[in-house]
Amino acid sequence: MSSSLRFEYQVSGEDFTRAGEASSDIKHKLKQMGVNPTAVRKVAIAMYEGEINMVIHGGGGEILVDILPDKIVMDLIDHGPGIADIDLAMQEGYSTAPDQIRSLGFGAGMGLPNMKKYSDEMDIFSTVGEGTTVHMVVNF
Amino acid sequence: MTVKELMDLHLYELVNEGENTDREISTPYCCDLLSIAMSSAPEGGIWFTVMANLNTLAVAALTETACIVLAHNASLDEGALAKAKSEGITVFRTELPVFDAAVLFYERVKNASV
Ligand SMILES: Nc1ncnc2c1ncn2[C@@H]1O[C@H](COP(=O)(O)OP(=O)(O)OP(=O)(O)O)[C@@H](O)[C@H]1O
Ligand SMILES: [Mg+2]
Repeated sequence: MSSSLRFEYQVSGEDFTRAGEASSDIKHKLKQMGVNPTAVRKVAIAMYEGEINMVIHGGGGEILVDILPDKIVMDLIDHGPGIADIDLAMQEGYSTAPDQIRSLGFGAGMGLPNMKKYSDEMDIFSTVGEGTTVHMVVNF
Repeated sequence: MTVKELMDLHLYELVNEGENTDREISTPYCCDLLSIAMSSAPEGGIWFTVMANLNTLAVAALTETACIVLAHNASLDEGALAKAKSEGITVFRTELPVFDAAVLFYERVKNASV
C-alpha cells in the first residue's frame, strides 16, 4: 500500500436501516488490507459513533475517508443544527437524544467521548445553524 | 463453549444461525446502551440485551460479538433479522430477564470447565 485511497459515503438523515454501513464497509476494507486488529477496532468504534451522530443529530451528510500507509483520516460532514457548546457535548453522559431515539438504545451520551478515546486525533468544527464537521485520525 | 455447542444445548430459542458457529465464546456481557456496548463489548463475547433492533446488530458486527441473546422475549423486526443474516450473526432469544439469561449461560460454562 504505497499511495492513499479515498472513499466517500453519503449518510441519510432518516434511514436508520443504513446507519453503520459506512463504518462496516471501512472496517471490512481495513481488515482486507491487513491493518492491525487494534487499529481496525478503534476505527470501527470512532467512525460508527460519528456516523450515528450524523443520522440522529445532524440530519445526514457525507463522510470522506482517506486511507494512507500509516493512518486513516476521516471527515464526517453534516449540515444539521450544529453544536452550540462543544465542551458540554463532549462530556460523558451529556445527550439531547429524544425519547424515541433513546428507545433504540442510543442516548448514553458516550458517542463523542468514545470517538475521542478511540481516535488518535479529533477536532470538531461546528457552527450553529450550519452544521458540524468531525475530523478524526487513527494511526495504524 | 462454542456457538454451535450453545445451540445444541437449547438453553435459548434460536432466531438466526450465523456464520462461524465453531467460534469459541469468550465472555458474557450485558448492556442495553449501544454506545457503551460499542466501546466495551468483548470480542467474541455473548451479548445479553433487550435491544433488538438493527443498531444492536451493527454494534455486534463491529465489535465482533460471537452471538446475541435477546432477553425478555425481545424480537427482531424484519429489517433486523435481514441484517443478522447478512452479517452472519447468531441470535437467540429467551423469555428470561437479562440477568437470569446470563446466569444460565454462566452456570453451564462454569460446570463444563470443572
Ligand atoms: N453531528 C451532530 N450535530 C449536532 N449535534 C450533535 C452532533 N453530534 C453530537 N451532537 C450533540 O452532542 C450530544 C452528545 O453526543 P454523543 O454522541 O456523545 O451522545 P448521544 O449521541 O446523545 O448518545 P450516544 O452516542 O451515547 O448514543 C448529542 O446528544 C447532541 O446534542
Ligand atoms: Mg452519539
